[in-house]
Amino acid sequence: MNKEERLIKRYKAEKRFQFYGKAAIFMALLFLVVFLTKIFSTGYTAFQKTWLVIPVNYNADLLYLDPDKKPTTEDINDADFYEFGIETFITLDPDASEDQIMELKKMFAFTFERELKYYLLDNPDSFGKTVDVKLTASDDLDQVFKGNYPRDIPENRRRASDYQLKIFDKLNEDGRVISEFNASFFTNADSREAELAGIASSFMGSLFSILVCLSIAFPVALLAAVYLEEFAPKNRFTDFIEVNINNLAAVPSIVFGLLGLGVLLAVFGLPRSTPLVGGITLSLMTLPTIIIAARASLKAVPPSIREAALAMGASKMQTTMHHTVPLALPGTLSGTIIGLAQALGETAPLILIGMVAFVNTIPGTPMDPAASLPVQIYIWAESAERGFVEKVSACIMVLLFFLIFMNLGAQLIRHKFEKKWN
Amino acid sequence: MNSVIFLTIVLLALSSYFFGRKKAILIQSNKRLTALPKFYGYYLAIWCGAPAFLLYALWSIFEPSIVRFFILSDYSSQGLLEGELNLFYEKVKSLSRNQYSGELTAELQRSAEKYLNFRDITKWSKVVIVLSLLIASTGYAYTKISNNTKTREPVEIFLKGVFFLSSLAAILTTIGIIFSLLFQTIEFFQVIPLFDFVFGMHWYPAKAFVRDASEALDPSMYSDTFGAVPIFAGTFFIALIAMCVAIPIGLLSGIYMAEYASKRLRQYAKPVIEILAGIPTVVYGFFAALTVGPFLKDLGLSLGLEVSAESALAAGGVMGIMIIPFISSLSDDVITSVPQNLRDGSYAMGATKSETIKRVIIPAALPGIVGSILLGVSRAIGETMIVVMASGLAANLTLNPLESTSTITAQIVVILIGDQQFGDPKTQAAFALGLSLFIVTLVLNIVALSVVKKYREKYE
Repeated sequence: MNKEERLIKRYKAEKRFQFYGKAAIFMALLFLVVFLTKIFSTGYTAFQKTWLVIPVNYNADLLYLDPDKKPTTEDINDADFYEFGIETFITLDPDASEDQIMELKKMFAFTFERELKYYLLDNPDSFGKTVDVKLTASDDLDQVFKGNYPRDIPENRRRASDYQLKIFDKLNEDGRVISEFNASFFTNADSREAELAGIASSFMGSLFSILVCLSIAFPVALLAAVYLEEFAPKNRFTDFIEVNINNLAAVPSIVFGLLGLGVLLAVFGLPRSTPLVGGITLSLMTLPTIIIAARASLKAVPPSIREAALAMGASKMQTTMHHTVPLALPGTLSGTIIGLAQALGETAPLILIGMVAFVNTIPGTPMDPAASLPVQIYIWAESAERGFVEKVSACIMVLLFFLIFMNLGAQLIRHKFEKKWN
Repeated sequence: MNSVIFLTIVLLALSSYFFGRKKAILIQSNKRLTALPKFYGYYLAIWCGAPAFLLYALWSIFEPSIVRFFILSDYSSQGLLEGELNLFYEKVKSLSRNQYSGELTAELQRSAEKYLNFRDITKWSKVVIVLSLLIASTGYAYTKISNNTKTREPVEIFLKGVFFLSSLAAILTTIGIIFSLLFQTIEFFQVIPLFDFVFGMHWYPAKAFVRDASEALDPSMYSDTFGAVPIFAGTFFIALIAMCVAIPIGLLSGIYMAEYASKRLRQYAKPVIEILAGIPTVVYGFFAALTVGPFLKDLGLSLGLEVSAESALAAGGVMGIMIIPFISSLSDDVITSVPQNLRDGSYAMGATKSETIKRVIIPAALPGIVGSILLGVSRAIGETMIVVMASGLAANLTLNPLESTSTITAQIVVILIGDQQFGDPKTQAAFALGLSLFIVTLVLNIVALSVVKKYREKYE
């Protein structure tokens, strides 16, 4: 091999190496893109909800009410809307057999009783008349309408029967199947029925956990950072604290779950499954992150600031509290937000302290049992129904939205309020 | 009741700030103060709040066990087991809240009445004692305030003490972790020999289902149920798969970012790659279970391979994607901090850029790169949700990436999800696994951090 050839070979190796680097970056970005597209393409349909608009005859006889008198709220509340609903469904297909009536009923979410009742309560004038009422479709039909269920497979492998599809198609031709923004996804608590399940309970659970976490972790971490950076003597004990903090930052999150279970629940007897315990556990986990961020921004405050304050006769404490800490606050806050974003996405420790319970009420205080958004994702993902797949993706979208929002907020604080010392 | 006491203390402390300051201002009108008036306020507020709060906190911590001791002292002579005493005490408590639905006995009723009585006494004596301490300490401090009282120094010392206590939180957390893990683990090893746990080949905790306390002491039941070898092997195997994805991609993109990338690319691509690290792991788990698992299964079918829908490959591969940014960012930092004169020297000898990177920069940055990889490994070992959702939960001892395996973290979740019974070897096994996880990651982190630190010292 002569010199020329060797040079060509070396240049080729150079090109190859650069290509590998580009390919690696491309791969990493590709993963992100594939990942986000997948989540968005499966999830966006969950923000739509399918309704069936059917003619309902609020006939007094069917409701066993007095036809001559306008029913009071109590009358309506006492009336039997289950039988009434069934009678109404039969009008969709007057020739339906017993089994087919059951199938007709299953085309609707099991809340049809309540929906029929509330319609009458909201529109008392429709008593005795036939009106169009919007009822939630069952999740099987919802999925069919959104195109998530294949229709061309044999009937026994399908969730929606041929009969249901026939009725559904007839309704669809009449323009009686409508799709609207799914507000109940944001206002409902969890449910076993995919068409009714919402994120309100887990959202509140997450909110409470994060608030508890913030109110514990932020003050403790800030004060600890101030002590270590400004007051601590240089000795073995201080080093020991530092080593502890660095190691805690890298302890797997599930170990904090074991800590919460073994100490907070078993020793202190705090209530299981509550955002209070979840928040405390998460705060122990976030503590090192915030301490490290706060120390970094305290360190970045130039010594001249401290010296100037001291020269004016301020005490060490006054210097710290009036000058150093306020200057370090933007960095600390942005570190805190990033730590909270981590805590918001954490699942494993919350599962261990029991925040994985099925909660179908919206928690009002941090002492009520609750799930959290990531745990909700886990619960729904483990559920077999197809209707939950889009819910999971939608829940992920909500969670990612908050995470992006928090991270952008942290960036903004850092860029806007942090002083650059040069 | 507790929150009322707490709020009262806080409110009284706040108001005593104003009293203290006002007294100082009055004194100021004819004498010179040694500190600003607000320090007199802080001084009084601390004297008002701190002792009362301390007593209140200690009382609240020790009250339950004192009440328990008092109630159970009647029965301690009967030679009951600890568990029976506990059960009895729980019954007494639920009876006193009117939530008891079991069989009522005379002694139960008597104890419940005694319990309620005692709770009443402690509650009111707590209020009285805490408040009188508060008044006494505030009064003492108030009379002490005069123009030459030192107030700034004590206030600052107090604050410094609070700061110091906050910094102990990290140590307390570590102690809490070690305490909770070790305590349960030791109990576990009293039933299961350490040797069986570390070298046993079968992991099947569902077998160790305990119906009542007498069975729990029979060790023969647990033979061959708590052998952790398949779990440890699975953990390292999945971590290995993850690193096979993360090391090449992470390292190469780190190198490219540090050495080749234009400023613009670096500015945009780096944060975007770091998004991968910010995505919650449960989301990765869902992605692995919903997309990657079935995709690999179909791919395997078309190649004529048997691939489990919950394969180690799916979990490990997705975990690798998650770890890419840890390795790329850290190795980027490490490579950027290699001194420029090493590069210049190599270029001067006629080396191309890639030759410089391969022969000069990487060897120089090697400790840092190794450190970043070790941190990545520790992440992979501690990762939970991806494995729980995407890989199997049955602990197979296998080296086939197409089959399902389980990890330490996944087993902890499997055992502890739902209601746990403390004192059950199954629950304790989870803590034993947790302790092994803690030790392994701790060692990895210490090694990684010390390697990185040593490397930094070399070039700074």
